[in-house]
Amino acid sequence: MTSGPRGLAWALAALLASGCATAGAPPAADRPAAPGAEKNPYPSTYRPLPSGTTLIRGATVLTGTGTQLDGADVLIQDGRIAAVEEGLAAPEGAEVIDAAGRWVTPGLIDVHSHLGVYPSPSISATSDGNEATSPVASRVWAEHSVWPQDPGFPRALAGGVTALHALPGSANLIGGRGVTLKNVPSRTVQGMKFPGAPYTLKMACGENPKRVYGRRNQAPSTRMGNVAGYRQAFLDAAEYKRNRDRAERGGESGGRGGGGRAGGREGGRDLGMETLVGVLDGEILVQMHCYRAEEMAVILDMAREMGFGVTAFHHAVEAYKIADLLAKEDVCGAMWADWWGFKLEAFDGVRENIALVDAAGGCAIVHSDSERGIQRLNQEAAKAMAAGNRAGLYVTRAEAIRWVTANPAKAIGIAGETGTLEPGKAADVVIWSGDPFSVYAHADRVYVDGAPVYDRTDAALQPVTDFELGILPAGEEE
Amino acid sequence: MRPRRALRVLAALAALAAAVPAADSAAQGGSGAWAIVGGTVHTLGPAGTIENATVVISGGRIQAVGRDVAVPPGAREIDARGKVVTPGLFDSMSAIGAVEISLEESTRDFATEQPRLGAAFRVADAINPRSTLIPVNRIEGLTRALVAPRATTGPIAGRAATIHLGGGDPVTDPAAALVVALGEEGAERAGGSRAAALALLAEALEDARDYARHRAAWERAERRPYAPSRLDLEALQPVIAGEVPIAAQVERASDLLAALRLAREQKVRLVLVGGAEAHLVARELAAAGVPVVLDPLANLPESFESLAATLENAARLDAAGVAVAFTSGESHNGRNLRQGAGNAVAHGLPWEAGLAAMTRVPARLWGLDSYGTLEPGKDADVVVWDGDPLEVTTAAERVFIRGEAVPMVSRQTLLRDRYRDLGGPLPPAYDKP
Repeated sequence: MTSGPRGLAWALAALLASGCATAGAPPAADRPAAPGAEKNPYPSTYRPLPSGTTLIRGATVLTGTGTQLDGADVLIQDGRIAAVEEGLAAPEGAEVIDAAGRWVTPGLIDVHSHLGVYPSPSISATSDGNEATSPVASRVWAEHSVWPQDPGFPRALAGGVTALHALPGSANLIGGRGVTLKNVPSRTVQGMKFPGAPYTLKMACGENPKRVYGRRNQAPSTRMGNVAGYRQAFLDAAEYKRNRDRAERGGESGGRGGGGRAGGREGGRDLGMETLVGVLDGEILVQMHCYRAEEMAVILDMAREMGFGVTAFHHAVEAYKIADLLAKEDVCGAMWADWWGFKLEAFDGVRENIALVDAAGGCAIVHSDSERGIQRLNQEAAKAMAAGNRAGLYVTRAEAIRWVTANPAKAIGIAGETGTLEPGKAADVVIWSGDPFSVYAHADRVYVDGAPVYDRTDAALQPVTDFELGILPAGEEE
Repeated sequence: MRPRRALRVLAALAALAAAVPAADSAAQGGSGAWAIVGGTVHTLGPAGTIENATVVISGGRIQAVGRDVAVPPGAREIDARGKVVTPGLFDSMSAIGAVEISLEESTRDFATEQPRLGAAFRVADAINPRSTLIPVNRIEGLTRALVAPRATTGPIAGRAATIHLGGGDPVTDPAAALVVALGEEGAERAGGSRAAALALLAEALEDARDYARHRAAWERAERRPYAPSRLDLEALQPVIAGEVPIAAQVERASDLLAALRLAREQKVRLVLVGGAEAHLVARELAAAGVPVVLDPLANLPESFESLAATLENAARLDAAGVAVAFTSGESHNGRNLRQGAGNAVAHGLPWEAGLAAMTRVPARLWGLDSYGTLEPGKDADVVVWDGDPLEVTTAAERVFIRGEAVPMVSRQTLLRDRYRDLGGPLPPAYDKP
């Protein structure tokens, strides 16, 4: 919601936004039309970059599990965290990095990004984040808009971001599927897709959908119209699911949709319905853009009524007003450290929002929703931590790092794979020049699956997108 | 401070002392005499940084700064040992006071669709001193801003105001700069080319000059018609006289040079705002003595006019001798200005230059003689920080604006306090902190 002085962006356009593959790691090359193929027709082709054995020695380590270890070693082998403890011996052939005075954290994860779908440059030709042509756009998938050459990706990498969740915008009640990406350069979006990450569904509350459609004199134009829209969509999906289940019991070809929606195609597939049924089946995680307290409470009941769960509320500017409810329902809140006031539903922002959700026992997340903010998630977490501490909430760095690592991993269903520095997890690791809760800290080196993918002092490990290659005269490149 | 004046001040303070209780709490505001004792004081003036120093405030002004300054009798004392003391901060491009909710048109006054108003549009007349944005930002150390209009119907947006965020009338200068949009935004406003925006601006300035020389003839309809309206021509007079700078929003290197040419030809003062690619033409900017207002966090090729955007922009400009001031680029969170400064420092800008870009430099750019440093006689805009003000975990503990202690309360702190502990016997609406 901000931009530089160029746009004097207080007059912003409030386009906010918010998926992945259900099956496990996909088969490599050929894809036979196996049963369930329509659940993962664009499988990840991600392969880790080349890696060796690395021993990071003598760092202050925030493990992402709520622990800070001083003077500890982190051993990376075969792309995985092998050990985190003091005084590890370097295996034969290991690269040993002296990290005395430096800090090590899990790779940061942004649970709310529009990189790739609203890339830089921000021009009409690249505006691919909102299919704002009908309020229920469950048929669209963000991955089909992602431009891997977005210069935002390498900049986020320089900020220590190793995974991100790219979402459709929030113009629609149901905006489409999100996609979870590894922040590694690739020629294709499939080459960035996080293997095994579940698909997600972006939905939106409040002002955005009712503004976008209301001014076209179309539904929804009110908040009650918003809720009617979600309910009808999921009632239709439930019927589609019943028809599908009946067809499957009747021995028709597995997984084929049975039609059944009013006006639906008998026996044919309905892309939008397949996604909503995926939500009802618990395979697709709902990511709900919602600012106000009473709207989040209504959504929780609506989801219960329709037979699904909400995984995370995004933006959640008023989460602090219902922090107890969010904790009880085990729904994550993905929030900004301090954005407020750009629209009325963001008017009640407080600096302590994230810390208050955390203190109530909830799953608190710092998200960016910004191609600038994603570069500094550590600083955003630092501001939120400091505000919490001034309010007497006693947040440690070891706890606050979870807001940008373990908790976002949980919210997008990849916590079994990344988000903490525990033996066996993927070696998504950042070595910081100092305390990552300082404005002066830099990500010195970033690893994804044990492979060094960025190094601040080694130009050979600083990826440049096609877009930026040669776009300035020689000698003027950044 | 001259000694005789100091004595007068001390006498006045002594008289005041009887009436003022010495007690003091962080939430309490108020004017009167204050002594901030024992902090590390960054004066931004010739005295530089002074450790273990005392700052004496009274009558709205700084009376004394130094290590051996006595606390005047009756002055309320603030223990600043271990703290950092700086001038209040200045956001050099904002709309604080001219917007409440960005998306609600009824609360936005920084732009007009009225095509008859160009330079004559003066945003100062719309500023609301009771805006919620003011307390939210000032309790975090932001005490001043340039409130700028935005171009809509032509490249000339109107006149920007300097404001303070303390009590009373916030406007310190209703016409501190003429804001114009060049580059892409100027092109859009001028009919589709950045060259058209430059031509319209040059025409307006030339007409204003002709008007100045032939006003009487023009009044008698014996002079050619001018493109700008009478009100616009009047508003342009201080600009062509070199009294008020043009603040030109421009990003691309070639547009920056075109703005320099125009300023030279038209003999007007120029401040460049935005300047994403300014580091590419740093030498030319330094030679022309033209300063740049920039957002240190603008490092993406957000458009084809900012392809060379970099986090090192401020550092490279400063190294070349260009005066740099900062903007947060937003109004609600002008309080994040110092995070931008911290990032600029993390990318090579000297720390002192980072602080100056939010204090002393904007004071000079926008013609505020009474603000910008901690020197005797200056307006007492003073912030006591619990650490390095450029650090994201640091907070302002005390804020003075023109000598008044700001109550450390905003709508946000009240909401926080209301919801700090959930589960009381009554709904939160009964909790009025």
